[in-house]
Amino acid sequence: MNNRGEFHLDWGIVLMYVALLFIGWLNIYSATFSEAYTGYFDMNQNHGRQLIFIMGAIVLIVITLALDIRLFNLLPWPVYAVSILSLVAVLLFGQKISGARSWFTIGSIGIQPGEFAKVAAALAAAKYMGSNDFQWKNIRQRFTAIGIIALPALVILPQPDLGSAIVFSSFVFVFHREGLSPLWIFLGVAMGVLFVFSLIFDSLVLSAVLALPFLLLIYAQRKGKWFRWLGIMALVLGFVQSVDFTFHNLLEDRHRNRINIMLGLEDDPQGVGYNTHQAQIAIGSGGFTGRGFLQGTQTKFNFVPEQHTDFIFCTVGEEWGFIGSVAVLVLFAAFIIRLLMMAERQKITMYRIYGYAVASILFFHFTINIAMAIGLFPVVGIPLPFVSYGGSSLWAFTILLFFFVKMDAHRKDVW
Amino acid sequence: MNRRFFLLTGFVIAVLLIFTARLFYLQIIDESLKLSAENNVIRRIKDYAPRGHIYDRNQKLIVGNQSAYDLMVVPSQVRDLDTAMFCEIFQIEKNDLKRKLIRATHYSRLKPSVVIKQMMRSEYINVQENIIFFPGFYFQRRLLREYLYDGAPNIAGFIGEVSETFIRNNPEYSKGDFYGVAGIEKSYESQLRGTDGVRRVVVDVHNREKGRFQEGIYDTLPEPGNHLTTTIDIQLQRYAEDLMINKRGGIVAIEPSSGELLIVASSPTYDPGLLVGRHRNQNYYRLFADSLQKPLFDRALLAEYPPGSPFKIVNALIGLQEGAISENSHYTCGGGFRYGRLFVRCGCGTHSPIPLLKGIYKSCNNYFCETYKRIVDAYPTAPEGLQRWNEYVRSFGMGGFFNNDLPTGRRGHVPDSTYYNNIYSDHQWKSVSTISNGIGQGELLITPLQLANIAATVANRGFYYTPHVVSRIGDEPISDPHFTEPKLSLVDSVHFETVIEGMAQVFKQGTARFAQVDGIEMCGKTGTAENPHGQDHSIFMAFAPRDNPKIAIAVFVENGYWGSRWAAPIASLIMEKYLTGEISRPHVEARMLEGSLEGEYSNQALRLAERLARLEAEKKEKEEQSNSVNSNE
Repeated sequence: MNNRGEFHLDWGIVLMYVALLFIGWLNIYSATFSEAYTGYFDMNQNHGRQLIFIMGAIVLIVITLALDIRLFNLLPWPVYAVSILSLVAVLLFGQKISGARSWFTIGSIGIQPGEFAKVAAALAAAKYMGSNDFQWKNIRQRFTAIGIIALPALVILPQPDLGSAIVFSSFVFVFHREGLSPLWIFLGVAMGVLFVFSLIFDSLVLSAVLALPFLLLIYAQRKGKWFRWLGIMALVLGFVQSVDFTFHNLLEDRHRNRINIMLGLEDDPQGVGYNTHQAQIAIGSGGFTGRGFLQGTQTKFNFVPEQHTDFIFCTVGEEWGFIGSVAVLVLFAAFIIRLLMMAERQKITMYRIYGYAVASILFFHFTINIAMAIGLFPVVGIPLPFVSYGGSSLWAFTILLFFFVKMDAHRKDVW
Repeated sequence: MNRRFFLLTGFVIAVLLIFTARLFYLQIIDESLKLSAENNVIRRIKDYAPRGHIYDRNQKLIVGNQSAYDLMVVPSQVRDLDTAMFCEIFQIEKNDLKRKLIRATHYSRLKPSVVIKQMMRSEYINVQENIIFFPGFYFQRRLLREYLYDGAPNIAGFIGEVSETFIRNNPEYSKGDFYGVAGIEKSYESQLRGTDGVRRVVVDVHNREKGRFQEGIYDTLPEPGNHLTTTIDIQLQRYAEDLMINKRGGIVAIEPSSGELLIVASSPTYDPGLLVGRHRNQNYYRLFADSLQKPLFDRALLAEYPPGSPFKIVNALIGLQEGAISENSHYTCGGGFRYGRLFVRCGCGTHSPIPLLKGIYKSCNNYFCETYKRIVDAYPTAPEGLQRWNEYVRSFGMGGFFNNDLPTGRRGHVPDSTYYNNIYSDHQWKSVSTISNGIGQGELLITPLQLANIAATVANRGFYYTPHVVSRIGDEPISDPHFTEPKLSLVDSVHFETVIEGMAQVFKQGTARFAQVDGIEMCGKTGTAENPHGQDHSIFMAFAPRDNPKIAIAVFVENGYWGSRWAAPIASLIMEKYLTGEISRPHVEARMLEGSLEGEYSNQALRLAERLARLEAEKKEKEEQSNSVNSNE
């Protein structure tokens, strides 16, 4: 180690990382298990390839931890530039796989630049917002920060890859930590709830119900600020009325169908709703204690599509049951909270911001992926970090995480 | 800790709680998901149980099982199909093959479909080695019926695939099952069927088998159906059928001491093997559509003929029991029975008073018209007398169903007083109004089975066992008292000897003297029954030997002119064959085997066609029915 000062590796987070990798590999092995191929190291099988990816990840960890810590001051902008360029390049020259142009293929290896763009965006945002003269209150700086995040998201969107693009909105939590008013987050949540309500309920009835408390408020404020409430009411009602239009004219069919299935407005277990339906059957069939390792039938016999990638949680649910599933959820929650606590103890602002970015990105992935598997969110193709099968995603998340672990290890350095 | 730390932490914990609640609902509360999961992966596959075998009374196998082979295809596995070669080897039209492959592909690319149904072993062995040239095709074995004798199709019956309606009424069956459609296959369906086994296999999303469910602990093995031993003597049955070639009619033979049916032959018959295999439907339709010969119509059980003169035996017995006549009662036949303007012609050729014995073997119409008149007139009114007579006749098994183990049958007809009250609206009818009953004509109708049962009742001197066709189920002899307990006729056994002597004389000096067999004392009664369709039917009822009878038989030959011309020789040949195992009169046998009534039947068909044409022309004209009765032998 050529670093100055001490090196304090946080073993807690490393152990949780290893546990997640192990859980992921076991479930990939089970999901793709077949009596004909019982070897653990068969490279023609998904679990065999995942083992290579894991070994690659270990190499990446060693390299990351061996880096000079000062590199983190120099890296962000070049990495960010390369990342944006590669995202543009993949749009032009990428391989089209299942409808999305998001892959580079070199020989038999496929690389998804979108996965690595998250690392670049996190580094860049941390670098920019971590500088001493950055002020959230400064409008120009604020919008530059937002722009750093929005740019990769906007380039990924036309691939099309809505799921990966949505993940960039997780930076709202980073902004919040650095000064963004929580009102905006609540506003976002409120809009989401309103959006769902306007789809489920008749828009006129909903408008009437929503208008009532506002009218009471206006009546109560006999003089003064009544016009403010009137304005908010107008915005809310306008939003409700516009959802219908947005939903039916701006969204694509497949998104519309997935949302309808999720809300239970459409029932089509053999068609569009097949994924969601089969995923819930698989999880539900696990019961309290699960069917046991390798005993799952729904996932193993391909009833659940993408059971080793985006729907890997179905295998957990089926084979490990309620107990196992909740254990995995708790592990994830603990992992994210641990990251947040580590971020809070950083003395260097850039490291803290980067730590928050890592935690926020993982939180979004975790929330959307699990919500999708248990039928609380429309089907969006994003992986469960460290658990889902896939080299690009595993390596990108590993780099994302261990950059921060590296920063954290030097938290006691004196500059 | 910065207070802004708590917002995202709060979100993480909130999400954790929401997910846990949702998982609790999915995995612990909602049971329907577990059921769906099971339906997804577990397929129940039937292991068909082999049907029970059917043996004859000498343990000769009549109906067994044979393998047939369905040629199956899995469209996704077909590669480089050489259609020309395929069509040549499997004898199938090119367009037919194409259509079947397209249909199979539409059904499923991954699941097997049938290309050629039920290839028999003989076809299969010629083509099975070529199957390796056609990837994606394979043979699937199924069990079909095999008939080892090309006879007795009406007894064994046949099986068929269950229909939608059948399944709706019999939920224990499912698509693809076979069930007994006719004959013993139908009446003993529950015994023959056995219990199908169930294999539970696990399948993947494409319905491909992935192995047994839980190592097969829930699987059951198929239990084969029970073997049945019938009472039929299959060689005698085949002999009877051969004797009836080119003649229409029915033959039923019974072992009097047990009621076991030895022969139930219907002619024309058909090879039961026609109703097995890939040509079953065409063959069945051909048999079904033959409206002139009606081979599917079981004449032994279903045809209702006038009994004719053999019925005189029943009247003689009733007369003796009622005291209306004795064996010494003499009547003089003046060429027929005369009462007022009524005249029943008789051709017995006697002119002096004759006793009962001679009345029987000469088959005198006058004698039995007198007998019948005395029976009925012994009661205050004709309806009462007729009702009494009706009870006697029914006690011989006529006019009702036997409710035995054959799935079909007919009542025949024995008129009662209500019947005549309906005809004669003023109720002013007398014994002579119904005089044809005395000689087995008029309204009386009987099936060959019922006539054979009368022969058995006479042979037993007054009782019969319900005629039945199965004697053992598996290793157990039948125990149903309906078959094992004798049914008494209303005539006491003392009255039978006189009548039996008369029947013996029929062979010695009566109407069947030319059918006599040396060394066997046979008893019989010929019949010549008038019928509205054409030439008289040739009828014979007999049993042998006279003491301790072993076989009772009834033979009906449609339009066979008179009793001794066809029915009596046929009956005597069958009885001789059964009792001695050989034939002493080869010339009679040859005449019966070669004799044909086909010319008679075509004439009759021609006359029928002419008559229909005439009826068409004179639509409004009322059909006239002659009441005059003239028949004897």
